[in-house]
Amino acid sequence: MASRSRDATGNAAERELLSAGDVARTVARMAHQVIEKTAVGADTEPPVLLGIPTRGAPLAARLAERISEFSGVTVPHGSIDITLYRDDLRHRPTRPLEHTRMPSSGIDDKIVILVDDVLFSGRSIRAALDALRDQGRPKAVQLAVLVDRGHRELPIRADYVGKNVPTARSEDVSVLLSEIDGRDAVLLRPAAEEGQS
Amino acid sequence: MRHLLAAEGLDRDTATELLDTAAGLKQTLLGREVRKLPTLRGRTVITMFYESSTRTRVSFELAGKWMSADVINVSAGGSSVGKGESLRDTALTLTAAGADCVIIRHPASGAAHRLAHWLSDTPAAVVNAGDGMHEHPTQALLDAATLRERLGSLDGRRIGIVGDVLHSRVARSNVHLLTCLGAEVVIVAPPTLLPSGIDSWPVTVSHEIDAELPSLDAVMMLRVQAERMHGGFFPSAREYAISYGLSEARAALLPEHAVILHPGPMLRGMEIASRVADAPNALVTDQVANGVHVRMAVLYHLLASEGADGV
Amino acid sequence: MSETLLKGVRCYGDGEPVDVLAANGVIAEIAASITPPDGAEVIDAAGQVLLPGFVDLHTHLREPGREDTETVATGSAAAALGGYTAVFAMANTDPVADTAVVVEHVRRAGEAAGLVDVHPVGAVTVGLAGEKLAELGTMAESAARVRMFSDDGHCVHDPLIMRRALEYSRALGAVIAQHAEEPRLTVGAQAHEGTQAARLGLSGWPASAEESIVARDCILAAHAAARLHICHVSTAGTVDVLRWAKGWGGGKDTARGGAGFAVSAEVTPHHLLLTDDRLAGYDPVNKVNPPLRTGADAKALAEALAEGVLDCVATDHAPHAEQDKDCEWQAARPGMLGLQTALSIVAETMVRPGLLTWRDVARVMSERPAEIARLPDQGRPIAEGEPATLTLVDPEARWTVRGAELASIAANTPYEGMELPARVTATLLRGRITARDGRIR
Repeated sequence: MASRSRDATGNAAERELLSAGDVARTVARMAHQVIEKTAVGADTEPPVLLGIPTRGAPLAARLAERISEFSGVTVPHGSIDITLYRDDLRHRPTRPLEHTRMPSSGIDDKIVILVDDVLFSGRSIRAALDALRDQGRPKAVQLAVLVDRGHRELPIRADYVGKNVPTARSEDVSVLLSEIDGRDAVLLRPAAEEGQS
Repeated sequence: MRHLLAAEGLDRDTATELLDTAAGLKQTLLGREVRKLPTLRGRTVITMFYESSTRTRVSFELAGKWMSADVINVSAGGSSVGKGESLRDTALTLTAAGADCVIIRHPASGAAHRLAHWLSDTPAAVVNAGDGMHEHPTQALLDAATLRERLGSLDGRRIGIVGDVLHSRVARSNVHLLTCLGAEVVIVAPPTLLPSGIDSWPVTVSHEIDAELPSLDAVMMLRVQAERMHGGFFPSAREYAISYGLSEARAALLPEHAVILHPGPMLRGMEIASRVADAPNALVTDQVANGVHVRMAVLYHLLASEGADGV
Repeated sequence: MSETLLKGVRCYGDGEPVDVLAANGVIAEIAASITPPDGAEVIDAAGQVLLPGFVDLHTHLREPGREDTETVATGSAAAALGGYTAVFAMANTDPVADTAVVVEHVRRAGEAAGLVDVHPVGAVTVGLAGEKLAELGTMAESAARVRMFSDDGHCVHDPLIMRRALEYSRALGAVIAQHAEEPRLTVGAQAHEGTQAARLGLSGWPASAEESIVARDCILAAHAAARLHICHVSTAGTVDVLRWAKGWGGGKDTARGGAGFAVSAEVTPHHLLLTDDRLAGYDPVNKVNPPLRTGADAKALAEALAEGVLDCVATDHAPHAEQDKDCEWQAARPGMLGLQTALSIVAETMVRPGLLTWRDVARVMSERPAEIARLPDQGRPIAEGEPATLTLVDPEARWTVRGAELASIAANTPYEGMELPARVTATLLRGRITARDGRIR
């Protein structure tokens, strides 16, 4: 699973934390956990999966697909853009907006599971909770992340974690997804720039 | 983007990004009960209106408030603006008091440019909300946003602008923005309402509205201001309506997909027939709604980031 | 009286350097080498150009009324530093110079300053209102000896009033200087009517508003056999009109131009150098009336000045307070400083491209304006026995304009920060040094 390689520019070592196969297996395991924890079944209201763009959105779609496959229940999913709720807007160049797509069933009185690729400081999740509040009033909000790399700055914890990865603050965890990046992988790089998520 | 002073000079990428942001904001706010985003919390926006325009001022005010900025309206009458204080002193006072953005409507062409010049040593951004006969860039942006919703890309679209181009800041801004977005602009007006340098503009000029309508994807009817009607620019309101008004019969010359815009307030019966103004392809209310989103987008791009490399 | 010896000057920029001795107010001697008399001030000119003192037919000295922007004294200083020995102070003061009292005040203030001959221009109409002739005769007969009348800033637009003014002035030996602007065509005008004004949304000041008045007034002057001077010509079309009018042969008794008919015209330095391209950005320092025109107009004006269709250069020096300039374009007052930059602009636009020699500069900045104003002791030849009213110019100098360093109280120069060629190094008024090396004496 772990291997060492050089990145495209060849000047920094990067480590593959999860391969494409690992990503698929991890998502499947998380799907099972969601089914168990939220009691997905014919008699219960299914949860709503909302991905945080960019990579949370396809992850939410994949997770929803696995859940349907394993449980036979169709799980609504969508995306929620947090750009306008970020607390670091002033300190970064202006960002273009991402898409918010709410399932037609809405989120009121439902269990909403926020889906993101990497959990780091927790600030994105806080922004997502603020954004969610403006969209409606869920019964409960849970959090699913593919990778938890630690270094929390807020009292936030995930309900479903694909992989816990101890990292240094200076390192950079990159999740690659075929929908966006052409392949699936999770990479650890000694980062040039400050990490986020 | 440091200021928004004119549509002239906006490049296609910046204009597109502003319009995309406006569309995103519109979608974000769609169907919401609470139309409030925290994005500009703690930012102070001042509107300085030296000409009354409830429509534009309210639109900017909503844009700021929906993004949680503190919006303060200064208008002639209740302030030093009406007491003969110079524009320069008023602006410097307001920014010294902590304004992050000054939105100005002024009867003098170039007032927003001057303001930006006086505020160049401060971080405050200036938004031109209409300066004399010069420009009204957010009006052009909201027109473009409205057209994009109905027509998709504006590339190669033929858009007519009809009426008092000479005195119209809306026309100037639209000519720049629409051509920058790839549209072809046709100006239709009597020669007395055309600026003398129009041959250097990237537009086609016509005096025959009937000949142009069948090939247009959109037609934008301009306001004819009351003072122009008595200025000898054309013989009578009646003759103007006959020659350049968008009557029902004329509107029928437009292709089926074509849409009708008017920056308002409309002079029904003269510039545009009442039924035409209320027809489903007349987008006047869409324009107003999009105005708020476009102005939110402008404030977002000017104020959200303190980073040097914004749009 | 003190004596001044100018060593090594080239008169009119021609020939070998000579020494010129000024004594008792006149040129006492011109020779290859003159030994300085005891006590004489010696100026080592080292080949600089000696010209007759400049005469400005068009200056706004703002006194009385706007002494916060310029006074006769500060304007005289600016004039002397700019190489001028005579200036005509326009009548649009507050109160207007439409009575003997006001013109005599200006005249006396000029004499008190003593740096330059200040000739008040009298208003053509009462209060510059264009409705009723001012007392031209009384002003002409006053101690100010007014010989030029103008409503400058306003056009004498009523053709009947203009006709009467031209006819009446004939008896006074005076000239009517017209600010040619048909007011009905320039209501609210802010900039030259053309592509730039259209782009900037500024109300247009059409060339036709100037040209139509110039054509009309040439015809009126010809029929009245009167002398007409056109202020600040700004368009190529006006040049054509003037060429046409001058073709009638002023002074000859022809069908149109009766004996006594004469038309002359001036151009400002700023209309030679600056164009409406400068309006982008809306800095009102570029606002002037008539407005800055196109590059084609500027070129036509320069050629007309070289050809003689335009007779002379006049500054239209117009000081304005900062608050009247550092404001919105529409609210700003028109006008710009000109006295201390005129020579350099003429050098830049006319001498450098070879349109005028320094001999010609003497004509357009001194001799012709003195003739038009009928000043007997200005614009005289540089010759022994003539008045020592002279300007020494360093044609090789280059300098950078700083409004704050100019002698005027106001600082509204459009040339701020511009590096310009040629500089006045000394000005002599009837033998007395009034300015030397940038300082007033």
